[in-house]
Amino acid sequence: MAIDRRKFLKIAGLSFLFGTGVFSLEEFVLCRGDEVLAQVVGEGKKGKVRWAMAIDTRRLTEEDCKRIIEACHRAHNVPDIPEPTKAVRWIWEDTFEHAFPELAEEDPSEELRNRKYLLLCNHCENPVCVRVCPVQATFQRPDGIVVQDYHRCIGCKFCMTACPYGSRSYNFFHPKEYLKHVNPEYPARTMGVVEKCIFCYERLDQGKLPYCVEAAKGKIYFGNIYDPEAEITRVIKENLVLVRKPQLGTKPMVFYIV
Amino acid sequence: MYNSDKVIPGIIIFIIFFTIPMWLNLGGAKAIPRPELPKEEKNCVESKEYMRAYHMKLLLKWRNMAIREGKRTFVGADGKTYLISLQNTCMKCHKSNEKFCDRCHKFVATHPDCWHCHIAPEEVAKLRRWQNGNR
Repeated sequence: MAIDRRKFLKIAGLSFLFGTGVFSLEEFVLCRGDEVLAQVVGEGKKGKVRWAMAIDTRRLTEEDCKRIIEACHRAHNVPDIPEPTKAVRWIWEDTFEHAFPELAEEDPSEELRNRKYLLLCNHCENPVCVRVCPVQATFQRPDGIVVQDYHRCIGCKFCMTACPYGSRSYNFFHPKEYLKHVNPEYPARTMGVVEKCIFCYERLDQGKLPYCVEAAKGKIYFGNIYDPEAEITRVIKENLVLVRKPQLGTKPMVFYIV
Repeated sequence: MYNSDKVIPGIIIFIIFFTIPMWLNLGGAKAIPRPELPKEEKNCVESKEYMRAYHMKLLLKWRNMAIREGKRTFVGADGKTYLISLQNTCMKCHKSNEKFCDRCHKFVATHPDCWHCHIAPEEVAKLRRWQNGNR
């Protein structure tokens, strides 16, 4: 049966409308922790490790956020650059509109809107930055952490463009000149490389928790999300949970308890 | 030979010009570089001879193990285990890159860029002083 142009366009248009309509309903309404978990993690792989973080935004105060950011940036020698467009940040706080732009139109409550949200690299299961890096400077470890290898980075900024969460920063200046405190146990970076949160993999390798989790004093949960018995899996299942931009399919591993 | 009065002096000038570095350094042989060895610790992770010849290979191996493979332990020649880290293992003994690494590297004109990012213990004080002077 031949199909004429007019008919084809009609069918294409209708299926497009229907398709996006269904997807958007499914993606945006989901908020129950167990459903988010099923969507992002799926079945999970038994015996494997996938580090994830759950931030309890109900209990985090502004002072907590400041303390957490300070702890991370101080330990990792993150330079303190006053120019906002050229600043380097591993973890920072932002508004609801910036954290969950597609949900801001769904009319969330005043209280939810006024909370501060801690944003950081989501260590996606499906990381876009890793796919675009031309020199494999950024890669995913077997435990899911997306690492940046500064030895290889050529500073092309493809990953910054690709990352939908804005969690990567470029070193426009020599970072050593902007250090407020120097931690001699950890290197700084050099001008011309991209840096970001690394989930403190160097601490995880030694059996310690990330700095932010330690500084949050129980308000941030951290653990292996493939382990159904783990505390993190339990808190995500039992609460209302948001992840950033789930419709992009990157499967972020940072969950926000709301 | 045509123009020998110009060609021969020309050749002589050319030879002198190209061997100038040799003539300038004649007789003034520079002393062999002497990197400052740590005083408290006598044994490195591998033997002295191995470290002298292959330290760059070891450092590259460590770099790949720590970052790309996530392995942080290294078993040395003496059977001891070490944490793989430039700043937390190597530089606990070799406290200054200027007094240790750079002395030979400058002599042989190699310029590794480790210190663009990594911070030597002796550099910490310098950075702090620099910060205080600028703020």
